[in-house]
Amino acid sequence: MISITVNGTRHDLEVPPDMPLLWVIRDELGMTGTKFGCGVAQCGCCTVHVDGKATRSCVMPVSAASGKQIHTIESLSNDNSHPIQRAWVAEQVPQCGYCQSGQIMAAAALLKRVAGEPSDAEISNAMTNICRCGTYDRIRSAIHRAARQA
Amino acid sequence: MIDRAGFMRASAGFGAGLILAFELPGCAKDADTARNVKEFVPNAWVRIAPDGTVTVVLSKSEMGQGVVMGLATIVAEELDAAIEHVRTEFAPAEPVYGDPGFGGDMVTGGSTSVSHSWSTLRKAGATARAMLVAAAAQQWKVDATSCTTRQSVIYHATSQRQASYGSVAEAAAGVPVPQSVPLKTTAQFSLIGKPRQRTDVPPKVNGTCQYGIDVRVPGMVYAAIARSPVFGGRVKHYDARNAKKISGVLQTVEVSNGVAVVAKNTWAAFQGRDALEIVWNEGQNATVSTDSLFAEAEHLARGRIGERLAASRGNPEAVSGTVIDAMYRGPFLAHATMEPMNATADVRDGRCTVWAPTQVQLRARALASKASGLPPEQCTIHTTFLGGGFGRRLEADYVQEAVEVSKAIGGPVKVMWSREDDTQHDFYRPMSVNTVRGVVAGGAIVALTHQVVSPSWLRRWFPAGMKNGVDVLDVLEVIDAPYAIPNFRATYIDHEHGIPVGSWRAPDANWNGFVTESFMDELAHAARADPLAFRLAHMEKSPRAAAVLRLAAEKAGWGQNQAGVAQGLAVTAWAGSFGAMVVDVSIEKKLPKVHRVVSAVDCGTVINPDIVVQQAQGATNFGLSAALTGKITLSKGRVEQSNFYDYTVLRLADAPAIEVHVVPSNETPTGIGEICTPPIAPAVGNALFALTGKRVRTLPFSDALV
Repeated sequence: MISITVNGTRHDLEVPPDMPLLWVIRDELGMTGTKFGCGVAQCGCCTVHVDGKATRSCVMPVSAASGKQIHTIESLSNDNSHPIQRAWVAEQVPQCGYCQSGQIMAAAALLKRVAGEPSDAEISNAMTNICRCGTYDRIRSAIHRAARQA
Repeated sequence: MIDRAGFMRASAGFGAGLILAFELPGCAKDADTARNVKEFVPNAWVRIAPDGTVTVVLSKSEMGQGVVMGLATIVAEELDAAIEHVRTEFAPAEPVYGDPGFGGDMVTGGSTSVSHSWSTLRKAGATARAMLVAAAAQQWKVDATSCTTRQSVIYHATSQRQASYGSVAEAAAGVPVPQSVPLKTTAQFSLIGKPRQRTDVPPKVNGTCQYGIDVRVPGMVYAAIARSPVFGGRVKHYDARNAKKISGVLQTVEVSNGVAVVAKNTWAAFQGRDALEIVWNEGQNATVSTDSLFAEAEHLARGRIGERLAASRGNPEAVSGTVIDAMYRGPFLAHATMEPMNATADVRDGRCTVWAPTQVQLRARALASKASGLPPEQCTIHTTFLGGGFGRRLEADYVQEAVEVSKAIGGPVKVMWSREDDTQHDFYRPMSVNTVRGVVAGGAIVALTHQVVSPSWLRRWFPAGMKNGVDVLDVLEVIDAPYAIPNFRATYIDHEHGIPVGSWRAPDANWNGFVTESFMDELAHAARADPLAFRLAHMEKSPRAAAVLRLAAEKAGWGQNQAGVAQGLAVTAWAGSFGAMVVDVSIEKKLPKVHRVVSAVDCGTVINPDIVVQQAQGATNFGLSAALTGKITLSKGRVEQSNFYDYTVLRLADAPAIEVHVVPSNETPTGIGEICTPPIAPAVGNALFALTGKRVRTLPFSDALV
């Protein structure tokens, strides 16, 4: 039995300790906002917050997540009111949208970590998630916008 | 246009009647409240509920290109509907939703969703509007032509009466379907051409939008398939003992393309699959490598073996001048959609139900029928949102195998591909070897020959696309390049081999555009001419292409180089549209660093200006990603790359600022999803030449600048 706390709710699960957190969230808890893209922490589709830090859940064994606060895209807001979500809508960032949960979680963690508006270099360093639709220019603009409005 | 009676007949075949049983598993908050109410259904494309909800049925898949917004806007425009009352749902796999532009097939591809739907959806909206107006006019006993409509309301000014669309929906169902309806003039458009936020964006910023991978069916299990590492290989025998020891693994089943491991969750399925011990009969591709394939292609090219004529005028051999010869080599490329391939299938009780992110619903249904052994009418395809398509989902291989697994286990299953599966079992952008020869005299091109050696994917996918042995797509950006050259010959050699190839964003033009536009630069330099002026001098017969080139050059400040940064430009055509760009490039870490892209596009009438900009930006980055480092190679019949660490793609840090200028136009709308993919690689290559004096003729650039 492994206990994890996702978006403030504790779950006791019968899962192998090496099962990646991503698949626990998706298949066991049925929360599908967090996506699978590569399985090797390359693309960032699976980004969640672990104790507030952007973390690629596809390579984090669920056992390592036990006792920590896990937050997924579903926890940002009930009504798209989080500054990052508002900025993403205002800039019309998503195209296919598949990577955007991960992008948004990475951006939210960046804004939490950086005081004030991040520089372009800080955004480039922090935002290593892949988007195949090529929405990068707008992701950058949306992060600036969110930081200014937060 | 399908009339109502025809649609009723067609819809009778899919059981659930007009109001489809399946609620789109995406953007759930859009779900209408009208499911159990009587709706006005004037045709296959639009329904109007008594509460005023307008449902637009989309025969095109949403893979990021904006059809949910774009197509709904077209219907709403002619219907005069309040756009906020419009919801959309994806059409079932039924011939009524086939695209005449694809011979009746359901296809989302080739940047045709708007152009192929334009007239049909306008008529669908206008017809619905006319019937609603007729119903109100009958009730009011007034002449229908004296009524006006706005924002889903019908007005009769003289009697000061008004009625909402919803209130007359039921009555409208009894009105005869008009044979012809007037369409709006451009000046009457109130929605088309105006910026409007996409309705599919809110669910895409909170995780609720549902893709294929997100489908969950009661009782569903998960599966992963071990496919032959060598293309065309077959299972000789396998040992599943270790796989079955993995916690969560339920069973293994052999399917036509390998061995499936069925499990309680995706992770167990992947683990179990990796634990299978399989001996493969590797077949005839076991010794194939990219080196051997390129040697073969060059042999065909030099010997002109199997060469077919695609276009010819004048006599390129009869003129003299400065002769430039060159050979260009393009690699295989993977699509690498962010959502790996997947499908969920449920074959039970004489029915086959599939949920899939697909660009080809009827093909998916045909394969589901084949794999389940059930007639097509008993197979249902539910289209989910697509986590990227780029042409990969014009194949339905992943649907077939999911149906096979479901049939074998007798219940619902989601077959999930890992990134490694996705990279190594793609239908790749074909490799190509292009041989070009140009003759320059008096500052102009007097002769040009262009031979393309590339495997045809249309031969398999759309045989009608083969004309006299020439794949019509394989000579795009060759025969239709916007330059008037008096002596010209284009030829094609279909380099058949056993490696699966398919459509990849701006198919074949994405490579030929690189050759044509790089070689135009070579010829300009041979003529000691400015690349912009040299191109324009040959473009008198292509005014729209010349206009986008001029616009991009003007906006970018062509000719104003900064130290260490060089400019390059290119112009290409695709799907009736034109795109040009000027790039600023320097070299950093042995790779071109693209600082800025200034592009101009002409796609005719614009439905939604911001979606045009999005697509131009996205297509540019897609092409740039491939040009910088994209390359799939083979050794012993196996793909050597496996995931994003060895098939690297563009990330934010390397993505340029992309400025897009849209040419105002009242021409019929044409495609925007792909037009900016072909020009980016040659623009970068031309800038690199300006910077270094070195001409890159083999992509990716990462190989050239080592």
